[in-house]
Amino acid sequence: MGTTETGILSGRLSPVEYERNFSDLHPPLDEHEALVASDRCYFCYDAPCMTACPTSIDIPLFIRQISTGNPIGSANTIFDQNILGGMCARVCPTETLCEQACVRNEAEHRPVEIGRLQRYATDIAMRENRQFYQRAEPTGKSIAVIGAGPAGLACAHRLAVKGHDVVIYDAREKAGGLNEYGIATYKAVDDFAQAEVDYVLAIGGIEIRNNQMLGRDFSLNDMLARHDAVFLGLGLAGVNALRAEGETAEGVEDAVDFIAALRQSATKADIAIGRRVVVLGGGMTAVDAAVQAKLLGAEEVTICYRRGKEHMNASEFEQDLAAAKGVTIRHWLQPKRIIARDGKVAGIELDYTSITDGRLTTTGETGVLTADHVLKAIGQTFEADGLGIITLQSGRIVVDGEGRTSLDRVWAGGDCVLGGEDLTVSAVAQGRDAAESINHVLAAASQPAVAVA
Amino acid sequence: MADLRNNFVGIKSPNPFWLASAPPTDKAYNVERAFKAGWGGVVWKTLGEEGPPVVNVNGPRYGAIWGADRRLLGLNNIELITDRDLYTNLREMKQVKMNWPDRALIASIMVPCEENAWKSILPLVEETGADGIELNFGCPHGMSERGMGAAVGQVPEYIEMVVRWCKQYTRMPVITKLTPNITDVRKPARAAKSGGTDAVSLINTINSITSVNLDTFSPEPSIDGKGSHGGYCGPAVKPIALNMVAEIARDPETYGLPISGIGGITTWRDAAEFLVLGAGNVQVCTAAMTYGFKIVEEMITGLSAWMDTKGHRTLDDICGRAVPNVSDWQYLNLNYIAKARIDQDSCIKCGRCHIACEDTSHQAITQYVDGKRHFEVMEDECVGCNLCVNVCPVQDCITMVGLEPGVLDERTGKTVDPNYANWTTHPNNPMARQAAE
Repeated sequence: MGTTETGILSGRLSPVEYERNFSDLHPPLDEHEALVASDRCYFCYDAPCMTACPTSIDIPLFIRQISTGNPIGSANTIFDQNILGGMCARVCPTETLCEQACVRNEAEHRPVEIGRLQRYATDIAMRENRQFYQRAEPTGKSIAVIGAGPAGLACAHRLAVKGHDVVIYDAREKAGGLNEYGIATYKAVDDFAQAEVDYVLAIGGIEIRNNQMLGRDFSLNDMLARHDAVFLGLGLAGVNALRAEGETAEGVEDAVDFIAALRQSATKADIAIGRRVVVLGGGMTAVDAAVQAKLLGAEEVTICYRRGKEHMNASEFEQDLAAAKGVTIRHWLQPKRIIARDGKVAGIELDYTSITDGRLTTTGETGVLTADHVLKAIGQTFEADGLGIITLQSGRIVVDGEGRTSLDRVWAGGDCVLGGEDLTVSAVAQGRDAAESINHVLAAASQPAVAVA
Repeated sequence: MADLRNNFVGIKSPNPFWLASAPPTDKAYNVERAFKAGWGGVVWKTLGEEGPPVVNVNGPRYGAIWGADRRLLGLNNIELITDRDLYTNLREMKQVKMNWPDRALIASIMVPCEENAWKSILPLVEETGADGIELNFGCPHGMSERGMGAAVGQVPEYIEMVVRWCKQYTRMPVITKLTPNITDVRKPARAAKSGGTDAVSLINTINSITSVNLDTFSPEPSIDGKGSHGGYCGPAVKPIALNMVAEIARDPETYGLPISGIGGITTWRDAAEFLVLGAGNVQVCTAAMTYGFKIVEEMITGLSAWMDTKGHRTLDDICGRAVPNVSDWQYLNLNYIAKARIDQDSCIKCGRCHIACEDTSHQAITQYVDGKRHFEVMEDECVGCNLCVNVCPVQDCITMVGLEPGVLDERTGKTVDPNYANWTTHPNNPMARQAAE
């Protein structure tokens, strides 16, 4: 079967092509490459890369450790700040974080390859299952972590280190959250997300209960009754609706579901894709979906974004990646209606848009793209079921600097909180910091009274 | 075009770049390749006395240290003098000299410290048509344990004695190669001059252990779990060599004695530095062993381009030009005041100048200005030490700027004195006070 047959079909490619298309996007550095790359680091003082890292990894130190033949020590440096440093090395938009801040850009426009070096060190430590942390004396405290994504895992690990017992409740079949279900396959090959979950859980003291959904299987009050504290790392379970005619036609799909299905597929040959795919949206999810649609054998893939290139949430690197894979990115186009034939998608009509007086408006001009598969990547929403009276703003949980919510004994972090950056690495930082805050509060509460003589 | 022709103690070569006596000059095959590549001369790998040749180890002979990107910075070796038959070498030398009459061919010699040993080998060497001889008084390993090489070079009396024999038994120019493994290089140089040497060459290699294998606890290079000190060379030794060359060049007792400069010369710039510090030509080894013979093209064209730019026509125009500027510390002008300046346009904001100054020097470079990462020299704290210049990864980003006389030095609150004043007359110098009293 070729790529030119119309309709949403699986098995467009040969097994060899699937394997090639979904292999590692950035192959790991070998030892020689890592040494050459690490030699480029200047060991800056108060390094801008470190400041740019949401988890504040000591980047100059971990790179120097690589360059001196100490990758295990390097991994320790990374994990001290970010226990999911392995995944972050793969999925961080380094080009807008550490690598953008690298001083090498100033003179040479080519940063140190921080992300790939981080992967080099963490891969070695994880391959050898080197564990760097031991649990403190048991505190007898129990904490519920709701959501086994990056925020929840980082929080649980730090709490376990402090000697607390942790139960993670997760709505899905597997732990990992977006690391397991939301990341493009070629960024986390070889079931890395599960390997990382295992690595994190090896600390001990963390129990994961899957298929446990807040609002369906338990409420926040249940958790508060059972545990000393609760951390909400719920992520964004909902997706925005298109609110356009024809949205229910067969062949209109949420990009997050498409990406999740791809991740769960072993061979990718079972994942159906259209011949002409239109992806709606301008973020990382749109790019991940579009690129993978192309890799599955779609003949044409077009991203339609309702604003300009400069407004896209997908980084420059991601946009270039999409272009390199043969995806067409079109700007200033907003879906008007899905054109259906026999209940199936046949095309999409789009309004041309512009910004007038600071507001996005349609120009009155329209256009039609032929399509048999439409993927919606127009944003995810927080679903607050089961949270009770917790304070929300703009549909997200409000937290203070330590991750405390408006409710006593409840902390939150990751994509579900207000002001989040929708980044794995930010979620990790918030989970970790909330754990420190929880530990601090619990320790203060259990401090024995000091007798005054 | 600058004229690079070299006349060193009467030995003529088309350029001043010779290959030093070492593995690259061990046999005709290599030397022919070197001449084809453009080298002006070679000092053939050291010949020993007639009889069974020396033997080398059959394991690693070299150890090394590296800089970033595994650039070879320093090399050491435990190889001995030639391990080929004397007559094979002599035959090849003669043939090569015939093939390349315009190139310099020097025989390096190391035989026991006995008059007869020298007396008998010199006519054999002379017969090859070699342009001169170099006395290997430098090798620090292996041969020195047998009373040769550095064992001679460390005793000025022996040097003088052997040089005298050589001058007596050959008409060839004699170049005495000095070991740096001594405290004052002027002593062996003076001895060589007393013995009548035509020139000295230096430095030979430095006693060294380059590294230790942390699995086996054996020094490298490791021979069956043991290591021995070897002779250190390469870019890392250049500063030591430059100083020793300058010491001899400015010593009143050896002033004017021709010097062949050796030690870590890797680029035309290194070579030029040796020449201006008093060397009449230079010898190269490690750079060739690292990159091959072709590097001489870079050296020739680089030296030539610099000379053209500066208007120097011949090597005589540059040789020794820096010697009058080599001084003892006590004569340095204490009224000269310089401050570091950071060019903000080329600053990449790595912060290394700041932390070097903050942690280890004079707290004279800012980290933040108006809340922004900004590195700037505080002139009221800067002592002009130059550390920031040396740690900055960007060339010419930080420069030292001398304050004009009459300008206020914000650190001391005094204006810059236009007069030269040194330590010998400084009020804090007890010796100077005594003299005044």
